[in-house]
Amino acid sequence: MKSIETQVLIIGGGITGAGIARDLALRGVRCVLIEKHDINAGASGANHGLLHSGARYVTSDPGSAAECRVEGSLLKKMAPDCVEETGGLFVAVEGDDEGYVAEFPALCRACGIAVEPVDVPTALEIEPALSRRLIAAFQVPDAAVDPFKLTMQNLHQAVALGCRLFRHSKLVDFTITQGRIASAIVSNELTGERFAVNAGYVINASGAWARVVARLAGCTIDLICSKGSLLVTHERINHRVINRLRPSSNADILVPGGTVSILGTTSVRVEDPDHIFPTVKEIDFIVSEGAAMIPRLEQTRFIRAYAGVRPLVGSSKKSDDRSVSRSFALIDHADDGVVNFATITGGKLTTYRLMAEKTADLICGHLGVSAVCRTRHEPLPAADATRWTEAGYAPRQWAKKRDAGDIMLCECEMVPKSVVDELIDSIHEHNGRPDLTSLGIRSRIGKGACQGTFCGLRTAAYLYDINELKGREGLHSIQAFMRERWRGVRPLLWDTSLIQAELQEALYCGLFGVELNDD
Amino acid sequence: MTTDPNIDCDLLVIGAGMAGSAAALFAAALGFNTVQAGITSQTIFASGLMDLMGVHPVASGRVWRSPHDALAALAEDEPRHPLARVSPVEIDQALKMFTGFLSDTGLSYRCRPGRNVRIPMPTGTLKTTYCVPLSMWPGVKALEKQQPCLIVGVHGLRGFSARQISESLQPVWPGLRHANIRLPDRGYREEIFAEPFARSLAVKDNRRRFAEALAAVIGQKPVDAVAFPAMLGLGNVNDIIADIAKTIVKPLFEIPTMPPSIPGLRLKETLEEGLRQKGVMLLRQQRVFASQPQKDGFLSLVGSPEAPTAVRSRAVLLATGRFLGKGLHADRKKIRETLFDLPVHQPEKRPDWHRTDFLDSRGHPVNRSGIETDDALRPLTSSKQPLHPHLFAAGSILAHQDWMRAKCGAGLSIATAWKAVQSFKAAAGF
Repeated sequence: MKSIETQVLIIGGGITGAGIARDLALRGVRCVLIEKHDINAGASGANHGLLHSGARYVTSDPGSAAECRVEGSLLKKMAPDCVEETGGLFVAVEGDDEGYVAEFPALCRACGIAVEPVDVPTALEIEPALSRRLIAAFQVPDAAVDPFKLTMQNLHQAVALGCRLFRHSKLVDFTITQGRIASAIVSNELTGERFAVNAGYVINASGAWARVVARLAGCTIDLICSKGSLLVTHERINHRVINRLRPSSNADILVPGGTVSILGTTSVRVEDPDHIFPTVKEIDFIVSEGAAMIPRLEQTRFIRAYAGVRPLVGSSKKSDDRSVSRSFALIDHADDGVVNFATITGGKLTTYRLMAEKTADLICGHLGVSAVCRTRHEPLPAADATRWTEAGYAPRQWAKKRDAGDIMLCECEMVPKSVVDELIDSIHEHNGRPDLTSLGIRSRIGKGACQGTFCGLRTAAYLYDINELKGREGLHSIQAFMRERWRGVRPLLWDTSLIQAELQEALYCGLFGVELNDD
Repeated sequence: MTTDPNIDCDLLVIGAGMAGSAAALFAAALGFNTVQAGITSQTIFASGLMDLMGVHPVASGRVWRSPHDALAALAEDEPRHPLARVSPVEIDQALKMFTGFLSDTGLSYRCRPGRNVRIPMPTGTLKTTYCVPLSMWPGVKALEKQQPCLIVGVHGLRGFSARQISESLQPVWPGLRHANIRLPDRGYREEIFAEPFARSLAVKDNRRRFAEALAAVIGQKPVDAVAFPAMLGLGNVNDIIADIAKTIVKPLFEIPTMPPSIPGLRLKETLEEGLRQKGVMLLRQQRVFASQPQKDGFLSLVGSPEAPTAVRSRAVLLATGRFLGKGLHADRKKIRETLFDLPVHQPEKRPDWHRTDFLDSRGHPVNRSGIETDDALRPLTSSKQPLHPHLFAAGSILAHQDWMRAKCGAGLSIATAWKAVQSFKAAAGF
């Protein structure tokens, strides 16, 4: 078995792992990052894309609120490219608890969060989609963040500084001798080949899978998995982030991002973070609840639903998962008898940088590295190949370029050939495999109204023509892509979306018969 | 509704898809004064292929060599299936008349009577179907004989890769090869659109230069037939293919492309022309937005609600299709029929509409929803009585079938159109 020597092994390619990789790389620490699927495959890729001002947590969790305030405003400065400074509103409608409304501004101020009351007519003017039954509104500095871009930019800089990234590489076992992880055995999920990573320190940044990874080292973590489902609208409904002004509950946040808005979420405890998907019941519930705040949501077309799993730490005894702190947990497993192993989990997208800093501090302490954290002061560099996840970015670039030969592969979201070429290069650079799924993660392909019906086949054909797909890979890639897209549309198939799904099935099953070639 | 009728007729066919068009043809052939109304935009999503019955039972994925054996098994296993209500003799009669009509109007079809055939698709799969446009027929034969064959793709044409088809089908057709061609007068990076190219081939000189370019790419390759994406002309495709085949000295055939496609456009244009010739009055691109059953027929309003055309007819044939055709509409709770608010057979609640896997071999239960009829294909009310003695239904709106998975779309439309028109004939005392 081939083996790789490194100072630090990071397990997990979500925003936490990516943030740690960058932090360590900036301190000159050599690291290897392994990810069993592809980047942001867990909660990092299935959230609201909300950069919290902290206002959401002022009642239930003032500690997290203050953390979010500090980190949110830092991220706006350090990663402006990933953030859309939309601002946010907290709104109450008739029937909401007026006592809570009255307390809210003082609670925000106590956490240092800038809050301004907005009178009802003004609120309705700046956000016309709001319910006419509005009774109160407050402005806070919430913002929207692109989690894919953020993760990719962190990884990009880490890799540029020498970090090695292995996707589709799953941890299968640890070799532990004398209370130390001597090596991690990793399986390449594409080839089945195994290799060993011998690291001075191992960090478990696998989010909702942290319990599974820790168990391989004989450590236990008190962690529960809370599923949250979200819905993407066909068009952008709001300018600012809109939060329901009430104690945290279901379906009370609508976050705009580029050309869409995202509505969510739910909180459902699940045992297994794999194989989760949004259900019809959850979706109907989210729509009805959201409509109390934004009535248009009852009529709007939804393009996609998705679900993520929040890892909540130290909480299995609490009955309401929403009351569990959203702060993070950094667990040094030296206490469990494994001296070079720690787990970082919980927390929020907004606080990922702080989580990475604290984790890197712990690791450096163990390794005797004296370099200090630089991410608090050094901006995150923008990287070319990370720009294409933003809704509306590709069409703007295409219109600027006016190159008639740059054929549009995805018409809904206007992703041309040249973007796909650029993404393919970037996927190859990072040991990945270009196919419909990996391109879909890195761009808007498959995310528009057709949900991959047309762009799926067009992109597959293009990949064959440039020798990136061969043999029967295209058929398998189409099947996998269609299945993956389906998970996100199945719960919202009524009206226009049902028509779209019928067209898709008429083509892929009725005409092409891809379901009969499932080999 | 008290509007004076602008048009009086025997039969109003509502829907301009395959079922509606077949019904209009069959009715006109029986001498009924027939009006057809509906939007044709969907027909261009048709592939031009005519499936009769390919897979049964759907869950097993069993592909049948004989569509008639499949139909017999279907009638046994699923007596409520609309195709089980039409006799085998009638199904054959209907298909023969419909494809004969298309052939007479310039869009020739071929089949192996009593046998399904297979043709390659752009996804690199093989499609099992029954009647095939003549322009694709040499492909059926080349596959059967496993002839060495060259698929020629086009630089700049989206959604069609000759390499994808050839490589994906190697296990079943090892003789496939692929090449790409640059169309004459086109820049290297220019995007190719199928329709202008198809139209350009009507000009002899364009055809000649294309044939020469094609011959150059074939060169000395040891192949017995040549395939090209389905864009070799519009109305006159078979003449064009024959002309080009003379230059390349090999059989030339088309492979279907991703819809909306040229074969769909050909079908739409051929149907329009042919039905007009048969004396059918076409109210195309106009939707019927109301139809009121009356004592001796129906009064229907067509077009825009501000200035509708009123059509009085002795009978109505409902061929409005499913969700895409807007014959059915679903909100978050329920599926409704859009014109008469007929009861719709459907799963109890929305979580049961679709399976969690898109490709689940059993198919999605929502696709078997639809309207229920008596044996004469008359839609039933909730008390299981015909809504009106002269209201009939045909095509994909009918319940208890999954045409997408069973590969029976055209067969379902044409056979039930035949049956519905025959029922009207019987009811009208013809």
